[in-house]
Amino acid sequence: MDLYKLTLHELRDLIAKGEVNAKDAAFSYTRRIGRVESDIHAFTTLTANATISMAEAAEKAVLDGKVGPLTGVPFAIKDNMATKGIRTTCSSKMLENFIPPYESTVTSRLTDAGYVLLGKANMDEFAMGSSTENSAFFTTRNPWDTERIPGGSSGGSAAAVAADMCAAALGSDTGGSIRQPAACCGVVGLKPTYGRVSRYGLVAFASSLDQIGPITKDVEDSAIVMNVIGGHDPSDSTSADVPLPDFTAHLKDGVKGLKVGIPKEYLIAGGIDQEVYLAVKEAIDVLKGMGAEVKDVSLPHTDYAVATYYLLATSEASSNLARYDGVKYGYRAPEFTDLLDMYKKSRSQGFGPEVKRRIMLGTYALSSGYYDAYYKKAQQVRTLIKRDFDEAFKDVDIIVTPTAPTAAFKIGEKTDDPLQMYLSDIFTISVNLAGIPGISIPCGLTRERLPIGLQILGRHFDEETVLRAAWAYENATDWHKKRPTLAE
Amino acid sequence: MKITVDMVEKVAALGRLEYSAEENETLTRQLDGILTYVEKLNELDTTGVEPTSHVLPISNVFRDDVPRPSLSQDDALGNAPDRAGEFYRVPKIIE
Repeated sequence: MDLYKLTLHELRDLIAKGEVNAKDAAFSYTRRIGRVESDIHAFTTLTANATISMAEAAEKAVLDGKVGPLTGVPFAIKDNMATKGIRTTCSSKMLENFIPPYESTVTSRLTDAGYVLLGKANMDEFAMGSSTENSAFFTTRNPWDTERIPGGSSGGSAAAVAADMCAAALGSDTGGSIRQPAACCGVVGLKPTYGRVSRYGLVAFASSLDQIGPITKDVEDSAIVMNVIGGHDPSDSTSADVPLPDFTAHLKDGVKGLKVGIPKEYLIAGGIDQEVYLAVKEAIDVLKGMGAEVKDVSLPHTDYAVATYYLLATSEASSNLARYDGVKYGYRAPEFTDLLDMYKKSRSQGFGPEVKRRIMLGTYALSSGYYDAYYKKAQQVRTLIKRDFDEAFKDVDIIVTPTAPTAAFKIGEKTDDPLQMYLSDIFTISVNLAGIPGISIPCGLTRERLPIGLQILGRHFDEETVLRAAWAYENATDWHKKRPTLAE
Repeated sequence: MKITVDMVEKVAALGRLEYSAEENETLTRQLDGILTYVEKLNELDTTGVEPTSHVLPISNVFRDDVPRPSLSQDDALGNAPDRAGEFYRVPKIIE
């Protein structure tokens, strides 16, 4: 049996029952990584020694009868989550040699649950991008077609799951960075409600939008990981002190009578590919066939979301990234004339072009004389976008849309035009502005055999209904079982 | 033009970044395109609309003022690009 092909819950159950040894499971993945990583480039760091010691700890836990919810399950972690003693680069030259002296809350919860870390996953630098082409190190390849992007910014995490290089992964999502790569790679990616998962130890990009979530092979795995990483954390003052349900409890309850909203603005959006459109329409019919009640809803401010996002996210980023000054940690330029010159040279050499472009845009939007016209205006439109969802969720329980307007594009296709790249996030961005949960699940393949993603959105803190609808769809279809053809 | 080469230079100084003349020109063109695009927000009348800075109704999260474990000096200085004993070393600040 090829252990690396199993889902998280299949592998976990075998390890818990003592039928599979945790070290054998870890080695199955490290061997798999050894075979395909040179084609995929999913990892910035492979944690050989930590992997073995965590697998040994899992092995011991099983022998001692102290099995946790993730004992022995091998993960990839996006390289913007602090792992104590293990390099955390954000795929940036700025943090290339940064060794965190502390552990993020999500990885310490995974550790308590018994997980095994395989390595840190490549990403767009500081999570800014939709393709991993902004990584300072290399571009991750889409396992379905290595000439194409895996999506981004959590592209390494999604590619690693799709290529069976880990049982599950964590990503982070500021404007679609979990859902869009999950769609591009044909896996399941959940962005929880803002405040559901602690951001302590997540390198900050846009603090009012960033949220960590699981990237997995199926919906049940997503629920299992949410049970571990979710919940209030006193170390993150924006983490919500609300009860954490067992996300697996009602997973299989079905969608009979569930009210599903279809936002007309999303299906008439410019640039939506015909194959994506048809796959999503078919998926809606599947939900209808299982007893869901489908209704039209309106999100009238959809067309303004990308503009709103690129003002707010860049403003927050320009403030958050001010800390990289070459003094306390991170890159310092080797030559400079004085302190100011040290700041400028360290930042100009340490950050890549897209990160600098966003710092520039955000600094401009926040600068004296422009603040009201750009930043405040965008915050007001954010209110309108949020109200659109509040209104829609009075009539429906979930909203269904495509995750991205097209399947994965070719490497290099959009790098010259930042605005075109931004527009690939058109269906995912509003969700972060409104703070609601959203999942992307596989719902088809294009004629070129590229995955298509279905996005399901829910009310604040109602991941349960989102996961229930996603599971029902998944159980009625077999898109999630399709895997790319790679070396065995 | 929404933004000029001169303005880009000023913003770069505020953001503690520097660009060559050639980079500045490319960036001016790109930022101008983006700023022209975001102008579309002005189609909306937002008079009287409260700005949203945050989606959760959370403000002023306090904790009791009691000491908790913290980083050792060595851990805190462990990633310093340059240190002298228990200090970060930086270029001379006061002339």
